This record gives sequence, C-alpha cells and structure tokens, in this order.
Amino acid sequence: MQDFRYLDDTAILRLTAEKCVGCGNCALVCPHRIFRVREQKAEILDPNGCMECGACAINCPVGAIYVNPDDGCGCAAYIINSWIARMKTGCGC
Amino acid sequence: MISPFVDGFLETAIGPIPRVATILSRLDHLGTFGARTGFTRDNYKVTPGLYCVGNPAGSSPVLVTANYKLTFDALRKELAGIDCWILVIDTRGINVWCAGGKGTFSAEEVAFQVQRAKLDKLVSHRELILPQLSANGVAARDVKKLCGFKARFGPILAARLPEFLQTGKAREDMRAVTFNFRERAALVPLEICLLWKHLLVAGLLFFFLSGISPEVFSKAAAQSRGATLILATLTAILAGAALTPLFLPWIPFRQFWLKGALLGGLSSIFFVAGTTTASPVEKLALILWISGCASYLAMNFTGATPFTSLSGVAKEMRKGLPFQIITAALALMFWLAEPFI
Repeated sequence: MQDFRYLDDTAILRLTAEKCVGCGNCALVCPHRIFRVREQKAEILDPNGCMECGACAINCPVGAIYVNPDDGCGCAAYIINSWIARMKTGCGC
Repeated sequence: MISPFVDGFLETAIGPIPRVATILSRLDHLGTFGARTGFTRDNYKVTPGLYCVGNPAGSSPVLVTANYKLTFDALRKELAGIDCWILVIDTRGINVWCAGGKGTFSAEEVAFQVQRAKLDKLVSHRELILPQLSANGVAARDVKKLCGFKARFGPILAARLPEFLQTGKAREDMRAVTFNFRERAALVPLEICLLWKHLLVAGLLFFFLSGISPEVFSKAAAQSRGATLILATLTAILAGAALTPLFLPWIPFRQFWLKGALLGGLSSIFFVAGTTTASPVEKLALILWISGCASYLAMNFTGATPFTSLSGVAKEMRKGLPFQIITAALALMFWLAEPFI
C-alpha cells in the first residue's frame, strides 16, 4: 500500500514488546503488512501504514497490542453523528 | 422458495445441502447493479447456513463468508471446478470487513453457525477457512475454543482462493489490501446515488432561497438561480464524489478535505467561466459552494477506503469541517445578498 499514505503520526497503535510471545498472528492478519517477527518478538515496521482495523490486537493471544478502540468505519457522516451523540450525553472527554 | 443461485442439492449424512452455481446469472448481475447503486444495498442478503460447490466430500475444505449477497457472489464465482463447503454466517447483509469491524462477523457467530449446520457430523477434518479481512472481528483462537474447529485465515480476495487451496499457503501479495483504479471506480456509483435524497431536499431549498428578492419572492429568479445552484451542486458532486475517488493517489495532499477542496475549486472556476448569467457576487458564492461541498464529499469518502485510520479521519475533520461550514455559510450569504445589491 505504498501508493496510499495517510496522515503520519496519527494512528493509535502500541506494541508492548515485553508481553509479546512471537506467535506471528499480528504479522499474518495485518492487511497493510506493517509487522515483522524477528527473534521471537514482533516489531512494527511501518507505524504510519496502520489504519486501526484492529485485527492484530484481537488476534494477539497475550494482549500485547493496543489499537484505537473507537469503532466505526471512519466515514465523516458517522463521526459527525458520534460527536453529536457525545455532545448530547454531555461528555466531551 | 429456493434461491435462484441454487442449482441442485447434494445428499449428505445430515440431509440435502444446497449446491450453488459458480457462474453469475443475469439476475445476479442485476442485483450487483442494484447494490452498487444503493437501490438494493440495504437488504441484499443470502440465508445463512451451509451450501456447497461441486461434489464435496468429508475431507473438502469449508469456506466461511458473510451473508451480503455481493460478498457471497464474489466468492462463489471464483470456485468453478472446486469441491468445497461454504458456511454463510449472519452478518445482517454486511460485507466481511465491515461486519468484522462492527462485531457481527465474530468468533461467536462463526461457532454458532458451525454448530447449527452440524458441521462436525459432515466433515472429517476440523478446520475452517476464513477471509483474512474477518480478522478484525474474529479472534481465531476463540473459534477453536467455542466449536472445536480451527480457524485459518485465507487470502483477502476470493479470486486468490483456488491458488490458496491448492498450495495451502497465502503468498504475501494475497495478504496485502489493494485499492486500484478499478476498485475505486466500483465505489463511485454508490457515492453519487446515496446523494439523491439530499439533492431533492436541497433542490427545493435552492428554489426557495434563490427567489428571495426585493419584491419578496421572484418566481423567475427562483427558477433560473435555483437551476444554477443545482448545476453547481452537481459539479461539486462530480469533483468530490467521483473525480476525487478516481484520481485519489495523484491528487496532491493526504487529507481528503484538501483533495476535495482543490478539485472542487478547480471545477468551480470552470463552472463560473461557463455561466454567462451570474453576477460577480454570485460567481464568488458558486466558487465557495462548489469548493466546500466537494471538500465534504471527498472527506466522507475516507469511510470507503481501505487505508484511512479513524484517528486520522477525526483529525482531518477538525480542520475540514470548519472550512466546509464557513465556505457554505459565506456562499449562502453572498447568494442571498445578490438581489439586494
């Protein structure tokens, strides 16, 4: 997906190396191929390639990966609705 | 009623299993057209459950898919000459990736359908092949825990399944998502067709706003200026919902609202150059309106791409939305003011 780059330093994706058991699930499922496993540890090769789909996190057996948990497809209309809903419930945090 | 894509039944130990055609009929293509243009998109479903292709045996592979008919068709048309089972799970008529994201394509649902279909009495192995793009909703290890079947992720595209089934492996290029010109072009009709209702409401509003004049309401102005506004809006739709998706990688900027504003701005210049009746103030209003509208439509297209993160979209919207609101407000102001100048 090198033809398509989105905003740098924005996607929320964290890998806790100490927890990683090197199973390789993250590298297998990632549709943007941003992981690599070396010496029994996963590493993120291209953090800016992440689209926060969450496949790596849900398939990590030890919870070593954290991805922005907000659900939604990322279309503007949906986000506007979620912002309005948040304003209505009075929680801006 | 038997679905038209079922071309027979296979007698098995657990009863007859519907066998599906691997060639799409005229009816299927018509359905695809309906889904791609939004007419039948919201209720285009296949009944969940077990189907088969060819003459599968106990050792044949089991492919799991969503019950969106477009997804189901995309799968079966790639399976000519292959003997296999297809387990359709209930994703409420949503495609694999979106259903994964929304939680309906889940380990629980896969396990439920495995048990409901009595798959363990039908096949001798204990393995399911899931589309890779369901991995955002399915924790493979949970499937095993819940129903005893091991979930393996196959390739992203159904077109690569024959190779995957033959070699037992997914090559790196089968696991990376693509977004080529053809894939983007397939999305454009829906982007446009979903706007018809909005356009109808907008048209009535344009007619009303364009008629406001010193003599309270001018029907002639309402008609001619209202028509200009509708044409301007169609130009914005062309720029933001068609040209932006089509030429996406070649348009400068990474933020979609900027891509749309740029193409909208350029289109608006052509548009006002082509209108002979508009005054300078009206032309300014049209440029602002087309630019802002195209910017919003382009920004909304982020939801249809396979590479924009939710954090990124939220971030660009904090800049894009103010731009769009301000351009639209200024456009409205200039448009309303013109008859009084």
